[in-house]
Amino acid sequence: MTPKFGVVVFPGSNCDHDAYYVLKKIFNCEVNFLWHKEADLKESDVIILPGGFSYGDYLRSGAMASRSSIIQPVIEAAARGIKILGVCNGFQILTETGLLPGALMRNSNINFVCKDAELEVTNNATIFTSGYAKNAAISIPVAHHDGNFFADNATLDKLESEDRVVFRYRSDINGSSRNIAGIINEAGNVLGMMPHPERAIDEKHGGTDGLALFESLLH
Amino acid sequence: MFKAQVTIKRRPSILDPQGTAVEKGAENLGLTNIKNTRIGKYIEFTVDVNDEKKAKEEVENYCSKLLANPIMEDFEYILSEWTPSEEEVNDA
Repeated sequence: MTPKFGVVVFPGSNCDHDAYYVLKKIFNCEVNFLWHKEADLKESDVIILPGGFSYGDYLRSGAMASRSSIIQPVIEAAARGIKILGVCNGFQILTETGLLPGALMRNSNINFVCKDAELEVTNNATIFTSGYAKNAAISIPVAHHDGNFFADNATLDKLESEDRVVFRYRSDINGSSRNIAGIINEAGNVLGMMPHPERAIDEKHGGTDGLALFESLLH
Repeated sequence: MFKAQVTIKRRPSILDPQGTAVEKGAENLGLTNIKNTRIGKYIEFTVDVNDEKKAKEEVENYCSKLLANPIMEDFEYILSEWTPSEEEVNDA
């Protein structure tokens, strides 16, 4: 059966409709928007925390969103094995909630980075990346100011030894420790990534390398 | 009632690219003795309790659960007894 998707909408989310579009119009899935003030996940099988600047990203990116009404049910859903995908601001929110380790700091060169990022799919044995070839070289847009992934060395070693680094930048674009662009939780059902797969689903976007991620979720 | 003045700093071991960029401005002004510029946050608020121990507890909860991210930041604070001025009472 096709999974049912939920896209969380915070004040300041701006990739919520992109995520909705790919799931509804390209893959013809059932998708609901989930308003941040509510606690109802509408029986979603997959929850997407989209990109944007939730609550203006006051204090720190994702800090306010990670304390919003919708987040406690999302944390509980993650514990039940519901799939959670956090893209960009969504990744920042996942680290702020503690569902994923580390933190996303200001880019090391202080620039807002907005371009197609060359990535390597370092782990294709996840429910999010099974549609990619192992070590596939893909190009997915990034658009962020706070994408510099930071964690202490013990955490980074653990992530690598458990094969939880899912995407890496092929060159340093923001100062991220060990060029990490996306990581997964221990149970394998929560993925956070800075690049935007929902912005690479149509030739008119300049590429379709994001499609395989959503296809993976449908299988 | 108490007033808390919180300073949040990036951990000393973590580079601060904003501080480095701002320091370039100091160089341009000829302020060549300025070194190690680091940018943090200052946040102040009041705590509406009478007991200092309880006030400290609330401040530390607020700082560790929301205001600072322990992965990359440290916080310190000054707590002082505080009475709102007449003006502040009127505003409230």
